[in-house]
Amino acid sequence: MEMGWRWDFAVEILPKMAIATFNTILAAGVGYAIALVVGLFFLLGQRTPSKIINWINREIVEFIRSTPLLIQLFFVYFVLPQFGITLSAWVCGMITIGLHFGTYLSEVYRGALEGVSKTQWEACRALNFSTLYTYRRIVLPQAFPIAIPGMGNYLVGIFKDTPLLSTIGVAELFHAATAVGGYNYRYLEPYTIVGVIFLTLSIPAAMWVRKLEKDVNKAQGKIKK
Amino acid sequence: MTYFEFLNEHGVTLLLGTVTTIKVLVCSMILYVVISMIFGLMRLSKNLLIQSIATVYIEFFRGTSLLVQLFWAYYVLPFFGISLEAFTAGVVALGLNFGAYGAEIVRAGILAVPRGQWEAAHALNFTPSKRIKRIIIPQIFPIILPPAANLTVELLKATALVALVTVVDLTFEAKQINSITWLSAQCFGTALLIYYIMARFVLVPFLRWLEVLAARKVGKEKI
Repeated sequence: MEMGWRWDFAVEILPKMAIATFNTILAAGVGYAIALVVGLFFLLGQRTPSKIINWINREIVEFIRSTPLLIQLFFVYFVLPQFGITLSAWVCGMITIGLHFGTYLSEVYRGALEGVSKTQWEACRALNFSTLYTYRRIVLPQAFPIAIPGMGNYLVGIFKDTPLLSTIGVAELFHAATAVGGYNYRYLEPYTIVGVIFLTLSIPAAMWVRKLEKDVNKAQGKIKK
Repeated sequence: MTYFEFLNEHGVTLLLGTVTTIKVLVCSMILYVVISMIFGLMRLSKNLLIQSIATVYIEFFRGTSLLVQLFWAYYVLPFFGISLEAFTAGVVALGLNFGAYGAEIVRAGILAVPRGQWEAAHALNFTPSKRIKRIIIPQIFPIILPPAANLTVELLKATALVALVTVVDLTFEAKQINSITWLSAQCFGTALLIYYIMARFVLVPFLRWLEVLAARKVGKEKI
């Protein structure tokens, strides 16, 4: 077996990798969209007046947050068919990522809402605004910028966790690299290309999140040093 | 087969896997703490070369996926003549990856110590080493421990990935039992429970205890 980097092989497999990259981005995007919505539901469970629902909600969030995403993926993928629910690997992966990161996003939302000063609520009460109006015009516009960095970080986080989907057979970038590597018995180029693709996508994404954070803060009149 | 019978038959295997998981966790924890300290300090260095080495390291490991780094360490390094054992490759990849995140925590922690503390230590004519050792470092711990605790729980979860480079840990055993018995709910459910118990009732209380200890050291009582 030839040692060292082989450019011809790298170029040969590049088109395959590029197509798989599209799948990775799709998986990250769909997973993130689901996580954003799931996070709202967990937030709702946290803020309902019922103490029992609060408690159950908190325990579920704690459980999902303290167990590995990998086993959660296996659990959803292998256990649901035992109950007669057969879903494709894609659907299983999206559900699991949505649930897993939804718990994290609910914490981001909660932190953002708590970051809005109590006096804002009191002022709205004094002005006789309805709860809905208070949320829509006063609280949410102030909470959103606080949530932006956290939300952005988890988008990048989901993107970097998509390779786990390959373990249940979702044909994303890492899956393609493993397949190509196994077929040719050369792992150097495929895995290195995967690393480079991840770097070229996630560093600009992280920079974009940082810029967004600055812009929103500026728009809100808070100048950050 | 009842759940009790399942535990009777496969419980020991899962526990042995858990022991490996704990080993991986402890080794990579030590490695990542050391790396975070070194690179966190390097990141604040006035020497531009040292600073940029740290920045490149941090951006590289935070920018790529842990799984890719793991596979790289295990399957690609042999191409360069470096063959690591699965366990070593796993620990090194975890340590390097989490060290990059930890370095940022350390950096933020050092910056969060009020400037007045540096100036006061200077005014009292402390030597530079004494200033760092007696004034700055004790004050860093209460600041960095809470985010470091979160990171360590993430590390415990991330140790599951070493199963994919053939380290025989809890996840690996669960997968193995699953492929023999097809009792997926039992074996993955038990694995999830074990991870949950380790995180919630062992690791987190231990880290909270460290936080209280660090806070007490600088005279800030924590409730």
